[in-house]
Amino acid sequence: MDKALDKEREVDNEAAFDKFRDCAVEVLQVPADKVTMEARFAEDLDADSLDLVELVMALEEAFGVTVDESELEDIETAGQAFELISSKL
Amino acid sequence: MTAADVTAADEPAGGRVVLVTGGSKGIGAACAAWFAANGDRVAATTRGPAAELEPPDGVPEERFMALRCDVTDAAQVEQAFAQVEARWGPVEVLVANAGITKDMLVVRMDEDAWHDVIETNLTGAFRVARRAVAKMLRLHHGRIVFVSSVGAFVGLPGQANYAASKAGLVGMARALAREVASRQITVNVVAPGVVETDMTAALGEARVGQLVGMVPLGRAGTPEDVAAAIGFLASDAAAYISGAVLPVDGGLGMGL
Repeated sequence: MDKALDKEREVDNEAAFDKFRDCAVEVLQVPADKVTMEARFAEDLDADSLDLVELVMALEEAFGVTVDESELEDIETAGQAFELISSKL
Repeated sequence: MTAADVTAADEPAGGRVVLVTGGSKGIGAACAAWFAANGDRVAATTRGPAAELEPPDGVPEERFMALRCDVTDAAQVEQAFAQVEARWGPVEVLVANAGITKDMLVVRMDEDAWHDVIETNLTGAFRVARRAVAKMLRLHHGRIVFVSSVGAFVGLPGQANYAASKAGLVGMARALAREVASRQITVNVVAPGVVETDMTAALGEARVGQLVGMVPLGRAGTPEDVAAAIGFLASDAAAYISGAVLPVDGGLGMGL
């Protein structure tokens, strides 16, 4: 029973990450395979602060969430950004 | 430069989407007419009833929108942009022109007179610019022109609130210009001098006469003089100009 629930969560999570990746690909104009949990925005995805703001605005729209400016301070990787969005779903 | 000179074959079909705040009269109305004559699609805002805002002469309904929008109200700003976007798509050219005066000497100026002018002229411009930029970032192009005043630099007596708000626009424009430059969005300022508008007329004939006497070109400006400068800053020809303050004052404020 627990295993089935875990499986369901995993599927949801994957779908959410796919949506996250779509946003990142569109806004940052990077190939989809570069958008991994470990990818660092500045170094790996060549994203400046304006890119990040743009990405956050796209994510807010796509996921129907609101992200406060202060929550973005320590975000350096795609994984951290994804976790932040996921925590609001 | 007239509107006809700028009408370019490379303009996208239907023209650019232009939003002019304070578009019912004076410099704003002249801007609406200039951009409409240039082939752009123009949304003009007014604090009063939108129905009272007529399209400029000869401009078809398809290329003109009158919107009610008090720039001191964030919800009305949002609604105005949403209406433009629903009909034409994102705003590509923003002319932040809406402004008021509440002139009085500082020693007699109550905080409401200070606050109201800052709220409309400076914070209102911030509100519309912020909303416009959010979409321009995705477009990777855009033009923002703030309408300041020679009063920001000469500091006419009785206009501490107005001068502060208009000088504030210059600092805001320069900071914003740097923030969005990587997206090919330019942000500039025009600083009109004595221009034949209701706002200038309110200074009184004697004061206006005195000011015109100080204008090297020897006359008051027309709203069209200012609109032409704004039209230029919003054009492709001004692609390499950002963070600039362009005086349109017949030489009144030169060197300041």
